[in-house]
Amino acid sequence: MSQAEDIESVDEDGVIESVSGPVVTATDLDARMNDVVYVGDEGLMGEVIEIEGNLTTIQVYEETSGVGPGEPVQNTGEPLSVDLGPGMMDSIYDGVQRPLDVLEDKMGTAFLDRGVDAPGIDLEKEWEFEPTVEEGDAVEPGDAVGVVEETVTIDHKVMVPPDYEGGEVTSIESGEFTVEETVAELSSGEEIQMHQEWPVREARPAGDKETPTEPLVTGQRVQDGLFPLAKGGTAAIPGPFGSGKTVTQQQLAKWSDADIVVYIGCGERGNEMTEVIEDFPELPDPQTGNPLMARTCLIANTSNMPVAARESCIYTGITIAEYYRDMGYDVALMADSTSRWAEAMREISSRLEEMPGEEGYPAYLAAALSEFYERAGKFQLINGGEGSISVVGAVSPPGGDFSEPVTQNTLRIVKTFWALDADLAERRHFPSINWNESYSLYKDQLDPWWESNVAGDWAETRQWAVDVLDEEDELQEIVQLVGKDALPEDQQLTLEVARYLREAWLQQNALHDVDTYCEPEKTYRMLGAIKTFNDEAFEALEAGVPPEEITDVDAAPQLNRMGTAEEWDEFIDEIENDLKEQLRALY
Amino acid sequence: MKEYQTITEISGPLVFAEVDEPVGYDEIVEIETEDGRTLRGQVLESSEGIVSIQVFEGTGGIDRNASVRFLGETMKMPVTEDLLGRVLDGSGNPIDGGPEIVPEERHNIVGEAINPYSREYPEEFIQTGVSAIDGMNTLVRGQKLPIFSGSGLPHNELALQIARQATVPEEEEGDDDEGSEFAVIFGAMGITAEEANEFMDDFERTGALERSVVFMNLADDPAVERQVTPRLALTTAEYLAFEKDYHVLVILTDMTNYCEALREIGAAREEVPGRRGYPGYMYTDLAQLYERAGRIEGKEGSVTQIPILTMPGDDDTHPIPDLTGYITEGQIMMDRDLNSQGIEPPVNVLPSLSRLMDDGIGEGLTREDHGDVSDQMYAAYAEGEDLRDLVNIVGREALSERDNKFLDFADRFEAEFVQQGYDTNRSIEDTLELGWDLLSDLPKTELNRIDEELIAEHYREEDAEAVQAD
Repeated sequence: MSQAEDIESVDEDGVIESVSGPVVTATDLDARMNDVVYVGDEGLMGEVIEIEGNLTTIQVYEETSGVGPGEPVQNTGEPLSVDLGPGMMDSIYDGVQRPLDVLEDKMGTAFLDRGVDAPGIDLEKEWEFEPTVEEGDAVEPGDAVGVVEETVTIDHKVMVPPDYEGGEVTSIESGEFTVEETVAELSSGEEIQMHQEWPVREARPAGDKETPTEPLVTGQRVQDGLFPLAKGGTAAIPGPFGSGKTVTQQQLAKWSDADIVVYIGCGERGNEMTEVIEDFPELPDPQTGNPLMARTCLIANTSNMPVAARESCIYTGITIAEYYRDMGYDVALMADSTSRWAEAMREISSRLEEMPGEEGYPAYLAAALSEFYERAGKFQLINGGEGSISVVGAVSPPGGDFSEPVTQNTLRIVKTFWALDADLAERRHFPSINWNESYSLYKDQLDPWWESNVAGDWAETRQWAVDVLDEEDELQEIVQLVGKDALPEDQQLTLEVARYLREAWLQQNALHDVDTYCEPEKTYRMLGAIKTFNDEAFEALEAGVPPEEITDVDAAPQLNRMGTAEEWDEFIDEIENDLKEQLRALY
Repeated sequence: MKEYQTITEISGPLVFAEVDEPVGYDEIVEIETEDGRTLRGQVLESSEGIVSIQVFEGTGGIDRNASVRFLGETMKMPVTEDLLGRVLDGSGNPIDGGPEIVPEERHNIVGEAINPYSREYPEEFIQTGVSAIDGMNTLVRGQKLPIFSGSGLPHNELALQIARQATVPEEEEGDDDEGSEFAVIFGAMGITAEEANEFMDDFERTGALERSVVFMNLADDPAVERQVTPRLALTTAEYLAFEKDYHVLVILTDMTNYCEALREIGAAREEVPGRRGYPGYMYTDLAQLYERAGRIEGKEGSVTQIPILTMPGDDDTHPIPDLTGYITEGQIMMDRDLNSQGIEPPVNVLPSLSRLMDDGIGEGLTREDHGDVSDQMYAAYAEGEDLRDLVNIVGREALSERDNKFLDFADRFEAEFVQQGYDTNRSIEDTLELGWDLLSDLPKTELNRIDEELIAEHYREEDAEAVQAD
């Protein structure tokens, strides 16, 4: 049931039988699975999750203190749906798509009260509708009939809903409309409004999935450089607390070159969401220069908000993402954190006294996770176009132990794995993505893109960096035993090169104005500069120069300043020249 | 209000009673025993005809003939500014012999989530006077920053030192003249009488009691009561902060006892347990406490939380510290080794973290060089720490001059920067200057995390030469 609709369609009312936290049972309720119901005298929103004989079990999206047996339950007869239409960008919602700013207004307090409803999109606001088809044109489901400028960045396409028949346009005109007014009529008798609704637990229809061949450029060196994600791909970021999951997610939300970003704060900190709300309107989108918020939709269910809404917020987010995908956009969805979502499922499941699977999680955990990640992908759309959803899920494994069920079940599905490492975080190596454990299975299919758009020897140069880092890893074991000075000279030099790879290239300061975003060309050039140092240094070594002298050249520490250099092209030219000059002067 | 004599089952802290009219979930219950005592409890589950009640004071003395009264409302905390200076028990009744509390308002203790849209992002630096915190893991107003400790470590001393010394530097200069006084709410759960005395003595000695509200649930008080103590404390804190414009610092100790109580109730209800027997909803439950910190747009006051927890077996992957760390904005880690070396406070900065630090420091807030200095010290200390393992194997002589400098840095960092004693109050200036003293022992070229201009401004050239001359 969408909140935008009047509650006319009320079926049989039921009566509360028992209340235990977010789980309420009712008798005499004539409802289907997943129907939305309003519980108690205050009308708290809930969803039917189990039916047994005359007894219906409901998970309630709001606090249930004070609700007791005997109070009424109203059925809406419709599943949990989201309101889709212009106005979702630049919005912040709770887990069941109630706009938080509207809630603040309606409740008149900074605290979240109960029993207040608000439609997901503004029903009063008038939008300037511009038709893209003419009367007499034939349109099919998914086809756009017009556009409205939703924000400075996003043109919102008004589409024929996927469950319509389609037909010839009999009437359409430009002008100012609210989302509920009809903007076009079809020969089939169907009327098209800007507002659609869609049940969240059902994927919106699309055509075939394609193999993604374009990277989601993130502006983060370790991700673009070593472990790229494809547009339409899936990635997981597991890490113990304090390893920088949220900052990594936020960096992706800020700088990745997606058209639309849906950011789900699922069971995380209130202050973090506030930070996003305060920062995003101020930050410029690197692609367009407009405020980031103009292409962003935030969904916030903080850890102290009702647990049932945490379970639904993931679905709310992905459904909104699918809607924009249907317009042909590349959407990136960040879910922080999927573990909280899994725990919400566990909590509800244990209140239902279901037989638990591993570590108390419900047996359907793996199925729920894969169902969610499978809604990502690069799709042929039903209107013949193309659109993609990339999904990045943070995972918060208890105790940082990756063998726990949520991490393991996620790893079976996703193709990019960015493993965050507490050790790296402790020494303030950020982003703390461990280069030995992480992987990306998209590398090969994306290489052609990098090679034709950035540099012809992209794959080769990357492989060189990977090899050096691998070698360092092996050498470190020896160093731990005998010390660095006991190593042969060439290996000492390799360690030095690896150190620059780690400190100058892999590390990236999210808080530095320049370093926070690194375009692919810069990522490539920086790596190139370190490789120049490597090549020149080994030439010098072969010519008999002692390694101490090589590593002591003045230009070498300058490598560490590349990331923060604004005029990086000149800066790197200069370093490369200095390195060559100074190292060649040694022999 | 109806009274029942229909108790059917008593099990651990739970009482089951039959009812013939609906009772609301979470409602407060009074149980009167035959010997005239009145015990309080809360409805845990309400079904047609039967309710289960969790009794705060323990079920001792209750029998089938005890009478059960449902008060028809959820638990409320009577709040008023007069609470300042008072000592209450874990259920909110005064135990200091003072006058009856006349409440101004009565607030639901469960509390409602703050709308993230209405929050104001915390970025006001709180100077605790402790270098390991101010310099490396800065606390800001509205943050929740727990102390992860272990049994036998001096976490209480550190908490008291913070409570005593915490100031907001700008305010002393008087640019904030209106209201916003400072208050401390102290919520003790299951601490020993001796610990309680230490706290009370310190509060009285420093005169801090006047601006404090103390909630005491001692080790021999009923475990179930620990469920409400922090909620009473936080309800009081929210009232003082958001209605009376106080800057409130809430100290909750010891969260481990709180979680044990949670587990006890879960077990008594025969719930499916999660990790190590703790209930699966512990994350949600803890979040409902920890998230009650912050600032609200348009309000003067703030709630800052410093929960203390002792990690069973010093294991930070134990569910209690683990779930806490996922909710709170960082943690201050106490370290047994540093403690046995006599470092006061024994804070290990490497696993410690303040997530809100970056926005609370820098030009105009603390000092322009703060971020870089702290980053560099982290990196240098981590490197020194690593090298210590190596020294154990190959000896110091086998290491390069560069490595030796990092080793020296790590030693001095612990002995001079972290070490300061519980009565020393260092300003942020002092802390940062001390940082530069230490960093200047390292070669300039190694300071790759610090902006070159800042190095030029602060790096102590003479020191470096003096060391090189050694």
